Amino acid sequence: MALLQISEPGESPNPHQRRIAVGIDLGTTHSLVACVRHGVAECLPDALGEVILPSVVRYLAGGGRKIGAEAQAALALDPENTIASVKRFMGRSLQDVTGASKLPYKFADRPGMLGLHTVQGEKSPVEVSADILATLRYRAEDTMVEDLFGAVITVPAYFDDAQRQATKDAAQLAGLNVLRLINEPTAAAIAYGLDNGSEGTYAIYDLGGGTFDVSILRLTRGVFEVVATGGDSALGGDDYDQALADWVLAQTGRTVDSPTDKASLKQAARRCKEALSATESVAFEAQLTGSKLVFDVKRTDFEAATQSLTLRTLNAVRKALRDAQLVVQDMQGVVLVGGSTRMPQVQRAVAAHFGQEPLTNLNPDEVVALGAALQANQLAGNSADGDLLLLDVIPLSLGLETMGGLVERIVPRNETIPTAKAQDFTTYQDGQTALALHVVQGERDLVADCRSLARFELRGIPPMAAGAARIRVTFTVDADGLLSVSAVEQGSGVQAQIDVKPSYGLGDDQIARMLQDSFSTAEADMRARALVESRVDADRMLLATQSALRADGDLLAAVERDAVDALMAALRATVASDDAAEIEASTQALAKGTEAFAALRMNRGIHKALAGKNIAAV
Amino acid sequence: MNLQSSDFELFGLPSRFAQDRANLDQRWKDLQREAHPDRFVAQGAAAQRLAMQWSVRINEAYQRLRDPLKRAAYLCELRGAPVNAENNTAMPPAFLMQQMAWREALDDASTMEDLDVLGQQVMASRGAALQTCAALLDDQGDATGAVQQVRALMFIERFSVDVQVRQDRLEAAERGQ
Repeated sequence: MALLQISEPGESPNPHQRRIAVGIDLGTTHSLVACVRHGVAECLPDALGEVILPSVVRYLAGGGRKIGAEAQAALALDPENTIASVKRFMGRSLQDVTGASKLPYKFADRPGMLGLHTVQGEKSPVEVSADILATLRYRAEDTMVEDLFGAVITVPAYFDDAQRQATKDAAQLAGLNVLRLINEPTAAAIAYGLDNGSEGTYAIYDLGGGTFDVSILRLTRGVFEVVATGGDSALGGDDYDQALADWVLAQTGRTVDSPTDKASLKQAARRCKEALSATESVAFEAQLTGSKLVFDVKRTDFEAATQSLTLRTLNAVRKALRDAQLVVQDMQGVVLVGGSTRMPQVQRAVAAHFGQEPLTNLNPDEVVALGAALQANQLAGNSADGDLLLLDVIPLSLGLETMGGLVERIVPRNETIPTAKAQDFTTYQDGQTALALHVVQGERDLVADCRSLARFELRGIPPMAAGAARIRVTFTVDADGLLSVSAVEQGSGVQAQIDVKPSYGLGDDQIARMLQDSFSTAEADMRARALVESRVDADRMLLATQSALRADGDLLAAVERDAVDALMAALRATVASDDAAEIEASTQALAKGTEAFAALRMNRGIHKALAGKNIAAV
Repeated sequence: MNLQSSDFELFGLPSRFAQDRANLDQRWKDLQREAHPDRFVAQGAAAQRLAMQWSVRINEAYQRLRDPLKRAAYLCELRGAPVNAENNTAMPPAFLMQQMAWREALDDASTMEDLDVLGQQVMASRGAALQTCAALLDDQGDATGAVQQVRALMFIERFSVDVQVRQDRLEAAERGQ
């Protein structure tokens, strides 16, 4: 275990003082982890020198699992237990997945998020994703000497609250400290923006394995402002594969029923599609039960069979531009992201639509991870200037269910986050002490057509006459795009206790069970890991407090300062021990003891910034 | 200055309707540089909570200040003449006639050209109402008078959205979807 060096901030920088934070692109077909080293973002390779980790997990009979290329090789061999493209199932129920019958998996129809029956029991998509994330985490930890401070994980911009929360849960299971969830197009823009040093309004067209995003960004001197975003979180390279497979079956009059054949067919379609990006005609070859299916496919056939998919992406582009109140001529540049943008038809369609050649100078597979690493580096506090500011938006409107199953919109789509909206409610019965709210996400007018996020029960409302209570409910969307709710009865000032019943997520007990079973804990000594983590947290807290005191120590009176120093000394003493619980308790004590100080610091910082603006405009 | 300061105070701008949009955008970004939660990720939960409050407040102020209709309504409220749209629904007869004529034109419209023409008329009305509003608020200090314009603008905005929806549908139909 690396020694944690706790040194005074402001001393000459040395590698042990930097906090190591990584960027992770958790993709539908490929995942990557990247880090900023020696001032440059680079993707971290595995032992064989590969940076790409195929997003495939295979569960073996008798325990154990394979993740990545080894699992991918077994897709047709063991289709029910080799899970690919699990990102398409995150935060989704079985009804949400179109074409589920064409997939080789044994699905479990669960409310909120589907399950997958494997030889190791039923797995949640969250667990499968966690296995992928844990592999990347280990790769990062093996590469670096220091412990991991945290990670920035990317999600499609069009991911809703359910999908984002599922991603965060997966990261937690994998033992990662999530610094921020950032949107994939924004991450790509970061990677391009810093390299090219250009300003203007850009469109990012991101077509991945399973998701499509289009984001319109305004970039000015290190500020990335998302003006509008759109897309389709169920449209990607996989769908082009399926369309090709369906076309070949139709041409040859064949059908496939067994899971093995379905898997073989999909793999063959992917190979054929990828080959057609380089040549005009390719033989589609699939080894099916009993015979080999061979059929010559011309690029023009493939493009005709998949044209409607490409058109769907352009519709999303149009809508995003309308939302941004801009036209294609306003775009300084168009960036292509995602392996699926290698298809000639996509490049042609995008160039034609925007009237300019897209930028493709960065590797479309790596660009998202690189951008995430740059942001992670900044969030960890390594970048002195803080030259990156991401002003992102919520992609889909949030609303409340009202009378008759209608949706009342509270937060409109494309609103800059973080944001909060308050809504006032009252009671309809004498003595009513609870209130139920149903929050949904989407653009439709009926609740049934939107995604159900959660039911909130507000309890502890002081009993009054009907209609007398004034309950202000505040809906806050944080910088990750996640919703939280708080409520206060205005008259009495009583904070309502909120019980959240997420429509899709995992309960605490489910997460606890998964933690026990998970890859990241089963193969390591859990106690040793807990000790390391508590020491890392303690170090974080001590470093943060030290820099705070150095910058704003004058805000504290002598006796207050002594109290903080004492808490820090106590924490340093416990860090040397082997008791994770003790260390955690000391860390909490220091956090609590510096809360008031943090408030003073924040107020000073904001006042300084605002005071500088108080010059009357001309 | 605190979280309860007015939007104008927060942004260090004069409390009037006429504003420089580029200046407003720049101040928003400068303020978010200081307050955005991303700045405080490594500084503990309390600092992040406070940053959230400020960042949310700054975004709220920006949304209000950059939209002419919201800005005008806000100024009326600040100057003691709240718009109170749900309770004040009466409008001058001439205005209501205009609205009905527009409705009919929208119902009758069958081509993109028809909708474009209607759209232009609506834009022109909006522009005129905004100009009158600006004069009432900035030159004549007449907030009560401005409220009338704001309410008219709310009608115009709602109708403008309906025109937009028709345009979207027509465009989709023309593309064969």
